[in-house]
Amino acid sequence: MNLILHVWRQKNASEKGRMERYEANDVNPDMSFLEMMDVVNENLITQGSEPIAFEHDCREGICGSCGFMINGIAHGPQRGTTVCQLHMRHFKDGDELYLEPWRARAFPVIKDLVVDRGAFDRIISAGGYITAHTGSAPDANALPVPKTDADRAMDAAACIGCGACVAACPNASAALFTGAKISHLGLLPQGQPERSRRALAMVAQYNRELFGSCTNIGECEAVCPKEIRIEVISRMNRDYLKAAWKDRSALRDDQAETEPKAGGRR
Amino acid sequence: MALDSRVPSGPIEQAWDRARFEMKLVNPANKRKYNVIVVGSGLAGGSAAATLGELGYNVKCFCFQDSPRRAHSIAAQGGINAAKNYQNDGDSIYRLFYDTVKGGDFRSREANVYRLAQISVHIIDQCVAQGVPFAREYGGFLANRSFGGAQVSRTFYARGQTGQQLLLGAYQALEAQVDAGRVKMFPRTEMLDLVVIDGRARGIVSRSLVTGKIETHVADAVILATGGYGNVFYLSTNAKGSNCTAIWRAHRRGAAFANPCFTQIHPTCIPVSGEYQSKLTLMSESLRNDGRIWVPRDPGDKRSPSQIPENERDYYLERRYPSFGNLVPRDVASRAAKAVCDEGRGVGETGLGVYLDFGDAIKRLGRHVIEERYGNLFEMYERITGDNPYVTPMRIFPAIHYTMGGLWVDYQLMSTIPGLFVLGEANFSDHGANRLGASALMQGLSDGYFVIPYTLGNYLASNKLDKVDAASPGFQAVTTDVEDRLKRLLSVRGKRTVASFHRELGRIMWDYCGMSRNAEGLEHAIGAIRNLREEYWRNVNVPGSEGDLNQQLESAGRVADFLELGELMCIDALHRNESCGGHFREEFQTEDGEALRDDAHYQYVAAWEYKGPNTSPELHREPLEFNYVHPAQRSYK
Ligand SMILES: Cc1cc2nc3c(=O)[nH]c(=O)nc-3n(C[C@H](O)[C@H](O)[C@H](O)COP(=O)(O)OP(=O)(O)OC[C@H]3O[C@@H](n4cnc5c(N)ncnc54)[C@H](O)[C@@H]3O)c2cc1C
Ligand code: FES
Repeated sequence: MNLILHVWRQKNASEKGRMERYEANDVNPDMSFLEMMDVVNENLITQGSEPIAFEHDCREGICGSCGFMINGIAHGPQRGTTVCQLHMRHFKDGDELYLEPWRARAFPVIKDLVVDRGAFDRIISAGGYITAHTGSAPDANALPVPKTDADRAMDAAACIGCGACVAACPNASAALFTGAKISHLGLLPQGQPERSRRALAMVAQYNRELFGSCTNIGECEAVCPKEIRIEVISRMNRDYLKAAWKDRSALRDDQAETEPKAGGRR
Repeated sequence: MALDSRVPSGPIEQAWDRARFEMKLVNPANKRKYNVIVVGSGLAGGSAAATLGELGYNVKCFCFQDSPRRAHSIAAQGGINAAKNYQNDGDSIYRLFYDTVKGGDFRSREANVYRLAQISVHIIDQCVAQGVPFAREYGGFLANRSFGGAQVSRTFYARGQTGQQLLLGAYQALEAQVDAGRVKMFPRTEMLDLVVIDGRARGIVSRSLVTGKIETHVADAVILATGGYGNVFYLSTNAKGSNCTAIWRAHRRGAAFANPCFTQIHPTCIPVSGEYQSKLTLMSESLRNDGRIWVPRDPGDKRSPSQIPENERDYYLERRYPSFGNLVPRDVASRAAKAVCDEGRGVGETGLGVYLDFGDAIKRLGRHVIEERYGNLFEMYERITGDNPYVTPMRIFPAIHYTMGGLWVDYQLMSTIPGLFVLGEANFSDHGANRLGASALMQGLSDGYFVIPYTLGNYLASNKLDKVDAASPGFQAVTTDVEDRLKRLLSVRGKRTVASFHRELGRIMWDYCGMSRNAEGLEHAIGAIRNLREEYWRNVNVPGSEGDLNQQLESAGRVADFLELGELMCIDALHRNESCGGHFREEFQTEDGEALRDDAHYQYVAAWEYKGPNTSPELHREPLEFNYVHPAQRSYK
């Protein structure tokens, strides 16, 4: 099959970008989307042009490196699938595809389809962990964990940090990402001692980054390649409010930052 | 070059205790004065950086991805071993030790393996405390499964995403240390060379993958945890970015490379579908617990699998290995698949595939049970191939998966360059000639959480290091080397893309240094790789410039290093006139086609010393002694 691609090209963060048109010919339906892009790039290089920069590593849908918009949908049309796992048999001859990077103020473009998602690391760094110094752990079976809790924690922990949720949200909110980590750790007995502190610190950092606020639209859940459920956001809100109530001074400190602010969309 | 393994004397059960007692300690107040570089943020590097940060060292950690959470360890599916014996089914530290030495076909160091088995139990404790959501039973205790042919259930898992969950545990611990100011993280930063001053590793030269800026980093010790080099084959189950640059550059600066030809081929991967193929996808080995592997009895039988009657199918593993059947170790299963394809009985369009059939299991257990066990894997298979494995048997074929070889390290995980430590898949230490399933995650975390915190302290406390800084001539010289090399790559402006060279190298390696090898083929491959390397530096086309994000330049440097490593792998495979584990030399096999070891001549670690470009490397031997597990021919019949 033959396809027309319109791809966002932007040399670096400071220069302006634009859409460019490319042809992808003789595309084999068994190719992955990124393999199709590889072939386009090989041709560009041979013709003396610069290839399209896009991020990828595992190509198995687990590392969270890849991701861009295909015709306005984060990771493209197939539900629960990262772009590296999307195969060309879902497209047809003559399709015209518009490829753009994640658009969010918190994710500045580095080049073409590559954006900077460092804000996610900073949110985790603020409190998305359980403090358990190496060597201090009791026997792994010392504390039983009900299977349903472990399973629900695992559902939330499946997040790959790709950023599709932010890209899909009209407010460019990172609530699904942050809620997933707060839920994962908060559902386990090991995560209880730091539960309040974690919610306060992570939400505060989230607010310091340039993400918008969550207004319960649900687009994030629809595009999440790991199908993380929107419940994690309610869980985050509950944990945050409970913690803030317990620690009202923290609420006062954070208030300036939790005030409604301009949306995070670029 | 002398190889001193520094294995403690005395009974193996007490070796690690004794070694730890004899090690010097760094005064807690002094730890923050030491600068330590950790290259790599996978299970090995991430756990090391986090733990060293906790202890108070001043750590810099590097990875080439945009976040440490994306290291290739994230992709591990199946599980992690530990000798917990929670299932009460006869496991013990000694049994895990025994299985690992035997599985490695008697080419690993006993003391290292024993320590690994001992530490395994602490790893699970540590991970649970961090919030790793391992699978559990209804009573709330941890679940286990048997994996990769083990006779006991010692594998812990988190659905099909064990590597992801373990890595997120290490990553979160690492980020906590970033927040505490003890670890500084350098994502999107690639180490391009090692700086050795007065015979000691004293820092690295790196390139920012965003701005192209070349930087030097000075340290008191350097830890490499940069993963395996399976991508020398171009097609492998490794992530696209996995590469050998860090260890290869260190090798060129004096670190011996051990057993480079020991590579593992995983039997259950999705077959290649076309020229454009960019990587291979592993289907978890756990599938072999219920799937039956077969090919048509007659060569050239092109009927669809459902039309081939039972008596015209050859369940060749069950036939050849009645007691282990479909669960024989990886190397045995892979070779058997190659053999039936060589006979013209392979399936699928290319003839390079065998069936993994769940028909019987579905009949016996019901579809829902199979769905519960393997649902996500079946989905992944269907996503990639478009076939529904509940109805049509899966097609699988072996693929390069793991590299047992790596930089040589002693018991303290130090390479032949003092002050350079190597952890995880990047070292050669624990798996001999073949790794057992679910043991790489265990080794990475053992090295990072529990070994290096001791051995690094011992090195720092026992050596008085001179002051060096980035202005030292040593740093200047390496920086110039790095810059010159990048300029050279960009200035060739030839006709072939980097990927086309990489693909060609991969094909040479797969054909001559892959699942089975012979002297003639290896000699041919060495010549072919030399020619390809020569052409590379004359005819490669690397577009763009060095001053910004340039993915072609990144991969050009990596492929240049693979073109050197590939040759060393063939040299090593050619010198080892025996078959062992993943290294199968056609000239050395038993009458019924099994690997034939030669313990009298090859019971050693082959550690190669770099002697300069286009000069033969020098072989050093570390003899191996087996005082506990006595070498025997592995039999899975
Ligand atoms: C698909 C798949 C499934 C697997 N499943 C299992 C399993 O179920 N059980 C099991 O035990 N093992 C499994 N393995 C093997 C196991 O995952 C790996 O051996 C292990 O994770 C390697 O960890 P590591 O920390 O050594 O390296 P990696 O996780 O590969 O990390 C390497 C790190 O080094 C960095 N790096 C590399 N080069 C440079 C450089 N030049 N400069 C800066 N940074 C650099 C990278 O950015 C990365 O952070 C699997 C492997 C694959 C491919
Ligand atoms: S490349 Fe890893 S998730 Fe797509």
